[in-house]
Amino acid sequence: MATLELRNVNKTYGAGLPDTLKNIELSIKEGEFLILVGPSGCGKSTLMNCIAGLENITGGAIMIGDQDVSGMSPKDRDIAMVFQSYALYPTMSVRENIEFGLKIRKMNQADIDAEVARVAKLLQIEHLLNRKPGQLSGGQQQRVAMGRALARRPKIYLFDEPLSNLDAKLRVEMRTEMKLMHQRLKTTTVYVTHDQIEAMTLGDKVAVMKDGIIQQFGTPKQIYNDPANLFVASFIGSPPMNFIPLRLQRKDGRLVALLDSGQARCELPMSMNDAGLEDREVILGLRPEQIVLASGDTAGLPTLRAEVQVTEPTGPDTLVFVTLNESKVCCRLAPDIAPAVGETLTLQFDPAKVLLFDAKTGERLGVLAPSQPVENMGNVTRLNRN
Amino acid sequence: MTSLANKPALSLSRVAIYAVLIVAVFIYLVPLVVMLLTSFKSPEDIGSGNLLSWPTEVTAIGWIKAWATVKGYFWNSFLITVPAVLISTTIGALNGYVLSMWRFRGSQLFFGLLLFGCFLPFQTVLLPASFTLGKMGLASTTTGLVFVHVVYGLAFTTLFFRNYYVSIPDALVKAARLDGAGFFTIFRRIILPMSTPIIMVCLIWQFTQIWNDFLFGVVFSSGDSQPITVALNNLVNTSTGVKEYNVDMAAAMIAGLPTLLVYVVAGKYFVRGLTAGAVKG
Repeated sequence: MATLELRNVNKTYGAGLPDTLKNIELSIKEGEFLILVGPSGCGKSTLMNCIAGLENITGGAIMIGDQDVSGMSPKDRDIAMVFQSYALYPTMSVRENIEFGLKIRKMNQADIDAEVARVAKLLQIEHLLNRKPGQLSGGQQQRVAMGRALARRPKIYLFDEPLSNLDAKLRVEMRTEMKLMHQRLKTTTVYVTHDQIEAMTLGDKVAVMKDGIIQQFGTPKQIYNDPANLFVASFIGSPPMNFIPLRLQRKDGRLVALLDSGQARCELPMSMNDAGLEDREVILGLRPEQIVLASGDTAGLPTLRAEVQVTEPTGPDTLVFVTLNESKVCCRLAPDIAPAVGETLTLQFDPAKVLLFDAKTGERLGVLAPSQPVENMGNVTRLNRN
Repeated sequence: MTSLANKPALSLSRVAIYAVLIVAVFIYLVPLVVMLLTSFKSPEDIGSGNLLSWPTEVTAIGWIKAWATVKGYFWNSFLITVPAVLISTTIGALNGYVLSMWRFRGSQLFFGLLLFGCFLPFQTVLLPASFTLGKMGLASTTTGLVFVHVVYGLAFTTLFFRNYYVSIPDALVKAARLDGAGFFTIFRRIILPMSTPIIMVCLIWQFTQIWNDFLFGVVFSSGDSQPITVALNNLVNTSTGVKEYNVDMAAAMIAGLPTLLVYVVAGKYFVRGLTAGAVKG
């Protein structure tokens, strides 16, 4: 077990070619679970291969513990990896697969047997030890692949999209199981995924990547509530954040965003009051769960009547789509609310949680203010057309 | 009506297909049948009888005489073929392993150039090869002939192994490297055990090519070290005395038997290997 630190890591496949990894800077503590998440081609798998030593970095340093491993071969880094395809040796039995790395490291047979028994028990694959990988189901192969990684007790575990070859139900089961296992074993882990739910649920720390650059590095909560830019905001969260392009105005000394549902309009006061934001093209970000049905408890918040265009009951929620400022906006409402299409709902917004992004660069604008009591949010005007 | 429906339909088209197939089989089998019949006939029988007629008396005299003549060359062929097949297959496997899993700068170009070897006709390499063998002091030796066969065969064996290994997922090699295995350990413990089908293909191909080779044999060997194909040619093309067709036919059969045997024996392993080696990536 060890800490992992990446210092200004760069990777390019040749002069003139675009950088695959640019100034990657991150560190995790011993026993932490780091998620590298991003769309395909963002460099997350390359970064993982660089940590493993399967690819060389062209600049920077990779520190495991207090040792710089960037020049070392994979076998000397003391790392184990679980691959997306599992990469089980097809001609060897499950037992031989797990033993392989131990035998190469010249462990004596009694210790190997004990280690195989420990891992097999941990992963409940004792009954599979004499089978060949070809005779196992996908979920069983996945367990064996994890067993092979666990057996060596390396300093760091790398997981390269280990769940993406499983069917949906098994994936959710294994996700919970991996979290349980990590809580129990407290292993330093780097986990690559393109699935933002895996990123949110498993990680202690999440690094969101795009085009070889870390867009944001933080806890899942920070990434979700306080995204650094439009990309992170749109990538994390399901259903995704709503984005409404508009121009901020100043009313009574306050910055406000004017929302228009076609039936009614409302002014959404901004919690940030930066003078530079006035009369500027911005994108307003609002998560679906931050739009609620107007009720007595949330009086004082801006409300707006809007016509329901589509409803998607998912079971735990009902997703309702309305149009605001000519953008389709998703609202996540309670499941017992089953509005008919064409019905008018009165919606409420919490202005404290609204995010602003630059329309051109996608960068976050204004620092999120600490939560303020509702009464401080100023007067809410309602403009009814009819 | 139902009973009719259950019967296999012996329609006109079905009959036509079988008729064509039977004719094709007949045409292909006639030469073999003629060879077999002739090899068991006595010389007088051949001189008097119809080509296709049954022998009036079955005699193995042709086979005995043929074996006595070609016996030495038959073993020569083994001495040439077995080492040449094994060496070219081994190097081909290593080449394919490097070219698919340990790519280096320019390895694609290297492979492309190597492929030229597959398209070069035998005749074009005769002179350079004999020049090289002369320089190496291997002219007219069995070792020299083995060397030529190995070099010429490498293009094919490399192609076979490289194309087979390209379909093996890279992750296997990565996993083995993280497990601490080196270049040769990965090859021996992981890649080779998965290679049975392609090894069989390679062995069959190389054995057939080298055993049946005439041109390299006639150019690069002489006298007692010649392979059986050359000896057979010498036997059949002698212009003195009476033609002993029964001996010729028997000798030709003897020359062809080993390749036939390889197909019958290894062909079975080949199919078995293909199905047993199928593992989900």
